[in-house]
Amino acid sequence: MTTTRQTSRWTSRGAVHALLLLAALYSVLPLVWLFTSATKNVGDFSTTSAFELGEWNLAGNLRDLFTEEGGIFLDWARNSLLYAGAGALLGALICTACGYAIARLDFPGRRLLFAVTLAGVLVPTTALALPLYLLATELRIVDTFWAVFIPLLTNPFGVYLARAYAEAAVPNELLEAARIDGAGELRTFVTVALPLLRPGVVTILLFQFVGIWNNFFLPLVMLTDPKLFPVTLGLFQWSSRVSQFPHYNPLVITGSLLAVVPLVLAFIVLQRQWRSGLAAGSVK
Amino acid sequence: MTVLAKSETSAEPRPPGPRRRRLRTAPLVLAAPFALLLTGTVLIPIGYALYLSLFTERLTGLGFAGPEDVFVWLANYAEVLGDPAFRTSLVNVGLYALIHVPLMLGAALVLALLLDGAVLRLRQMWSLMVFLPYAVPGVIAGLIWSYLFSPGIGPLNDVLPWNPLGADGVLPSIVVMATWQWMGYNMIIFYTALQTVPRDVLEAARVDGAGPIRTALSIKTPMIRPTIFVALVFTVIGSLQLFTEPLVLSSFTNSVTSTWTPSLYVYESAFISNDYGKAAAASLVLAVASAILSALVMRLSTRRSR
Repeated sequence: MTTTRQTSRWTSRGAVHALLLLAALYSVLPLVWLFTSATKNVGDFSTTSAFELGEWNLAGNLRDLFTEEGGIFLDWARNSLLYAGAGALLGALICTACGYAIARLDFPGRRLLFAVTLAGVLVPTTALALPLYLLATELRIVDTFWAVFIPLLTNPFGVYLARAYAEAAVPNELLEAARIDGAGELRTFVTVALPLLRPGVVTILLFQFVGIWNNFFLPLVMLTDPKLFPVTLGLFQWSSRVSQFPHYNPLVITGSLLAVVPLVLAFIVLQRQWRSGLAAGSVK
Repeated sequence: MTVLAKSETSAEPRPPGPRRRRLRTAPLVLAAPFALLLTGTVLIPIGYALYLSLFTERLTGLGFAGPEDVFVWLANYAEVLGDPAFRTSLVNVGLYALIHVPLMLGAALVLALLLDGAVLRLRQMWSLMVFLPYAVPGVIAGLIWSYLFSPGIGPLNDVLPWNPLGADGVLPSIVVMATWQWMGYNMIIFYTALQTVPRDVLEAARVDGAGPIRTALSIKTPMIRPTIFVALVFTVIGSLQLFTEPLVLSSFTNSVTSTWTPSLYVYESAFISNDYGKAAAASLVLAVASAILSALVMRLSTRRSR
């Protein structure tokens, strides 16, 4: 790369590294705190300083976490995986199919569908949650799995991305060739287009997974039965008790650590996938 | 671009025959699931909220018959817009956006330019570290920072120049949380956009004697302006619907009221006061406000890039 040897004070390597270090500390220190705090018992938590390690108590905290209220944390973890895992998988497939259809097939209402999808990207989720709740009340599905799961499948931004990917990655000539060979449109989609769209699908899947995992308002509004809670809602409920009952502190913190670790690992492992996916999505 | 241009021409000569029928069922199978979801979970709920926002529940007679829905035209909207608590919540998110948006996007842009411009080892690692907070759910981010702000537990209470849980301090505290979550995500988006800036343009700038800072400000930044504006739209919409962070913080301090942001106001009117008409009206005001804001930003971006 270009190395201009203009050594003005601000462009010097030292200043660049200082800024990056500052940003990295800001980003990582709260996570370090989460880890050190998850290893402390209630007493050490309030008496030792923030980043200092107290007596190593992680195993005890984990035991408490998994036995509190009859092991409900495991239910929450399973629910989160189900909402986010199944929701992202199914949602990404639905989005990709629709984005591909808008990009590469001609059908009546195609422009309208895309226009409404774009409008859907801009509708704030918190403005939607209450109307969804009221509708679910009418349908008598409040406080069920489906009341949370079905709305989370809808991902207009995923369709927008899928359309962009399909326009860039699936050449029309290839589709024409498949058609001339006598393949039906659906078969062409599955055997020709889908493999080409794979990086795009993975990106949509990953971001929809994170979106569902992070979604808080919808479960908060829809669910009252703790057995159906995702991890975030369960931890929130516990955290609202900490000022009265300090023994919830280690539960909340250890639970938070367990909820964060899988996602952080997924992002580290899948780095190449989401980096390239973000690139395609942002440049469009 | 070339792919697009070709697609226009090659779509023209379409052999007639049985393929026509297939063309009609295939889009249905591929596009219908999403179209149905969009209708069922976005369009119908909005329509239903619109309908509800025109009614209010009133006890009729002596109250023996139970509450009855009464059509009140725009009275709910008038009530929401005239409510000082709602206006305060708008001021709160307005102030929050005024600080958070330039701070977060500015920091993300500077970091992206640094990563792109400077000769760095461990570039991947730096960017990954700054990106990681994005993987932390909003509730958990809220919890971590609430603890960090708490006196006696977190170190920040003693270090920060403001009282992070005091009445005037919660706004900057929430800015610190939200900036933490979104800075790295936007940095990666800007960085990937920067990598598409043609290297010969940069080479030409260098030959003309432009230093790294000059190149970053007058060449690279204008070239990724569309990306910056997309990030701006999403950040502005996100700011307006601020909900999770203040809600979590409110278990740790009384400085965050139950109607601190418009979204909290909606939640409070629906689930604590059980006034669905008012809550639906407030939801729609929020949706319209974010539509107007994003349209404004879009308009601004197209004018600038011409």
